[in-house]
Amino acid sequence: MEFLRQIKNGVFKENPTFVIMLGICPTLATTTTVKNAFFMALAATAVLICSNAIIALVRRRFPKEIRIPCFIVVIASFVTMVDLMMNAFAPEAVVKALGIFIPLIVVNCIILGRAEAYAAKNGVLNSIGDGIGIGGGFMLSLLTISTIREIIGSGSWWETPITTAFSGDKAALVKPVSVLTLAPGAFLLLGTMFAFFKWRRAKKEAKMGVEMVAAAVPWEVGPEKKKETTQGAEA
Amino acid sequence: MELLYIIVGLVFVNNFVLAQFLGLCPFIGVSKKSSDAFGMGLAVIFVMAMASFFTFTINEFFIRAGGQNVFYSLAGTLGHAKAQKFIHEKGLSEVLTTGVFILVIAGFVQFIELVIRKTSRGLYDALGIYLPLITTNCTVLGVTLLNMKNLQPGGDWTKMAFGEGLLWATLSGLFAGVGFSMVMMLMSGIRERLAVSKLPKAFQGAPIAFICTGMMALAFLGFTGMIGGLKANLG
Repeated sequence: MEFLRQIKNGVFKENPTFVIMLGICPTLATTTTVKNAFFMALAATAVLICSNAIIALVRRRFPKEIRIPCFIVVIASFVTMVDLMMNAFAPEAVVKALGIFIPLIVVNCIILGRAEAYAAKNGVLNSIGDGIGIGGGFMLSLLTISTIREIIGSGSWWETPITTAFSGDKAALVKPVSVLTLAPGAFLLLGTMFAFFKWRRAKKEAKMGVEMVAAAVPWEVGPEKKKETTQGAEA
Repeated sequence: MELLYIIVGLVFVNNFVLAQFLGLCPFIGVSKKSSDAFGMGLAVIFVMAMASFFTFTINEFFIRAGGQNVFYSLAGTLGHAKAQKFIHEKGLSEVLTTGVFILVIAGFVQFIELVIRKTSRGLYDALGIYLPLITTNCTVLGVTLLNMKNLQPGGDWTKMAFGEGLLWATLSGLFAGVGFSMVMMLMSGIRERLAVSKLPKAFQGAPIAFICTGMMALAFLGFTGMIGGLKANLG
């Protein structure tokens, strides 16, 4: 089943954060607590599924030259809807903490990347499956990072204190390492996690006897790629 | 004095990359070579200043509530007193901002690329290839949205006269761009050195770049509270 395979592919094989390394800004900014990360991933997944479905539905109608602005318009309308929904139904503190990162889903590379790489070439049902998969992968990695950051950084999980739970006098058993909730801790943690996943992949590939392939990071080859395409367009 | 607060606030204290997690994809992607980082930095400064200018103007005359709104006079000439009153009190809905701003930015970037390509070949070779990447750079949309929410240092611009608010918005875009470019150029220096140093294989590339960014963020954390200190000492 292509639909189910696409979901599994998105969560593990093409995990947007750890394998393709896209959408780093919200990953770092919103993972201070598990609650914030959950709502961020939920919003991004909702936008991704809807935009994938609509783009797959009308993919043959977009003129090839201006397809990127067309994608952005579709995505921006869904982001506006999700933004309003969040303001109406999500907890107020979460909306305040996420701040401009909800409207910034418009320029999130994951969503535009999936529109370009998958939804513009495949059918509606499979594109929805891809949206669920990639969104689920984003959710999984955000929850992992935020769990580590919140437990070590503030000694709680989903705003429930953990370090004080077992001691009767409410004094923390372990003092939280608050640098993990700040910007430097986020960078250090993500760098270490990237290295861990790279090491694991290298080990797995060495076992299978294939040479390690560098992760496909679209923006690392961005300028050269663009140069080729613009020159091609001129010629 | 406000100018000093804006410079210090946006370049050092609330640096877009190190404190606010904006624009990380181009930051990691283009900081491998100093020359690339320089070209990208110049392009980002230019686009951010101009995008702040245009979006502030558009917000003032097409979206924000009040008598200065173009649709206010339009409703007046058409004789719709009710519509006129609505625009004077509530303006056109603020949910439009995200969609309108991203379209303005995308259009502006395309236009600038065309102009540079036709007028100056040298400048196009230096900047042009980075311009298409800037549309999806979240610093640009981020600074315009932050400008609208009055979250920048330097006071509440929407309560000022239009010209004054426009000046501050443009300056904040300019210096946010300067902060982004400065950090990216520092990073490119570090990464050029890292490229020739011995590293564990798993840490090569993006992981070590993130860890170095974490170190830089730790150093920039020392600037926290600088604005308060300046305000106390300079009045």
